[in-house]
Amino acid sequence: MNVLLDNLSLYGEGLLGTVELTVYASLLALVLGFLMAAFRVAPVASLRVFGTAWVTVLRNTPLTLLFFAVVLGLPRFGLVLPFKLFAILALGCYTSAFICEAVRSGINTVPVGQGEAARSLGMTFPQTLGEIVLPQAFRSVIPPIGSTLIALAKNSAIAGAFSVVELLGVYKPLSERGYNIIWTFFWIAVGYLLVTLTISAIFNVLEKRFGVAS
Amino acid sequence: MITTTALYDVPGPRTRARHRLYAIGATVAILALAGWVLYLLFTTGQFTAAKWSPFLYKGIQELLLNGLGNTLKAFVLAAVLSLALGAVLAVGRLSDHRALRWVCTLVVEFFRAMPLLVMIFFIYVALQVAPLPALVAGLTLYNGSVLAEVFRSGVNAVDRGQREAAYALGMRKTQVMTHVLVPQAVRAMLPAIISQLVVALKDTSLGFLITYEEFLHAGKLIASNLDYDLPFIPVVMVISPVYIGMCMLLSWLANWVARRQQRNPKVEAVAVAAAEPGNLMTGGPQPPVR
Repeated sequence: MNVLLDNLSLYGEGLLGTVELTVYASLLALVLGFLMAAFRVAPVASLRVFGTAWVTVLRNTPLTLLFFAVVLGLPRFGLVLPFKLFAILALGCYTSAFICEAVRSGINTVPVGQGEAARSLGMTFPQTLGEIVLPQAFRSVIPPIGSTLIALAKNSAIAGAFSVVELLGVYKPLSERGYNIIWTFFWIAVGYLLVTLTISAIFNVLEKRFGVAS
Repeated sequence: MITTTALYDVPGPRTRARHRLYAIGATVAILALAGWVLYLLFTTGQFTAAKWSPFLYKGIQELLLNGLGNTLKAFVLAAVLSLALGAVLAVGRLSDHRALRWVCTLVVEFFRAMPLLVMIFFIYVALQVAPLPALVAGLTLYNGSVLAEVFRSGVNAVDRGQREAAYALGMRKTQVMTHVLVPQAVRAMLPAIISQLVVALKDTSLGFLITYEEFLHAGKLIASNLDYDLPFIPVVMVISPVYIGMCMLLSWLANWVARRQQRNPKVEAVAVAAAEPGNLMTGGPQPPVR
């Protein structure tokens, strides 16, 4: 208990870092994921190929390798940014591949007849997309996106190992100050549980509110 | 040409012409992007002989192969152990004894919610374990817990009539499980199980962070060598195709198995799971296992 109370600010900073990383990387992942999903269902072959390549490569790349390449590799091209930005970039791009797949399979669950009916009523493409297809796709997409964002929050721990201020990184200064290492990790674990369970709760509420026939 | 979606009709001649125009624009943009990356690579001198010469040395090739061997060693150990742990935890979660069920549920939910890296660091730093066992233990606990959920949802997804018929024939619970439910569940869940093993393979690279001498670690050693002018980008260009190739091979296997099992008459009573890694949401409704 002492570990937590004595170092409340350190833990708070770490937790804040994790939340910040998660939120910004989630936003990036959602935007990129939607864009890539749009590419993958576009009627333009080259965009489809680009989207497919993006998803295939990123889904099969270990995140550690991606961090390694981004954090240590981009500076070689003269692109020097704070580590935190690199971490958000790596996490966001990695997660976008999973979001893209979730969104795409969500769009594919909408029966073709829905779009056909909408068009035969004279709806334009934006109307079909915005009022018929996406609202229905959104429902079936909630659980997989929630799952993906939880994975993102957990993956943010890797950023801590690449010296970004983050919850996992808290253990280093504390073990140097001679605190009990087991309790140090216990409170780190509690911090992560707090973050993942919050995301889980948010998406369970969304699922209850908008989900498919419950 | 396009798989039918709800988004748009089969295009007519005028739309096709418009799409061709878009296609040209998009292709030019993508090629420009690729060209810009190549230009950056060339102007920062990533293709100079000095940076690529290390890969000619036998010692360095051996270092890389050694690293790859260590990665595969950790993967195989973790895969076997997590399958075993997953089976044990799934049996516990399906048990008739409430206490056992609760304990197993608690274990599964805890390890699924915890970042894998935190567990690995805990085992490595706090319990003072050597890197390989620490990595394997972390991978086993995490993937075992996720696999337990996969197994459990597989068993629960088997058509109810199968269980009822088996009981009606006078089988005991163990017999129902081992002879009727588990074989069908495993066949149907095989794609999801292999996909989870892809996750395990990717996560072996976390060993890099606890100084386990795996593939990425070997790459780092070469990349930080001043004699070869810090060949960082070449190392990434050599290492990532190997990693991506291994994972793609395994993902492709999962998809192949999924397609095969869908035609298999032995899994008629269960819907074959899609080749996707396990779900991470705790509590609340699990997505339907079709």
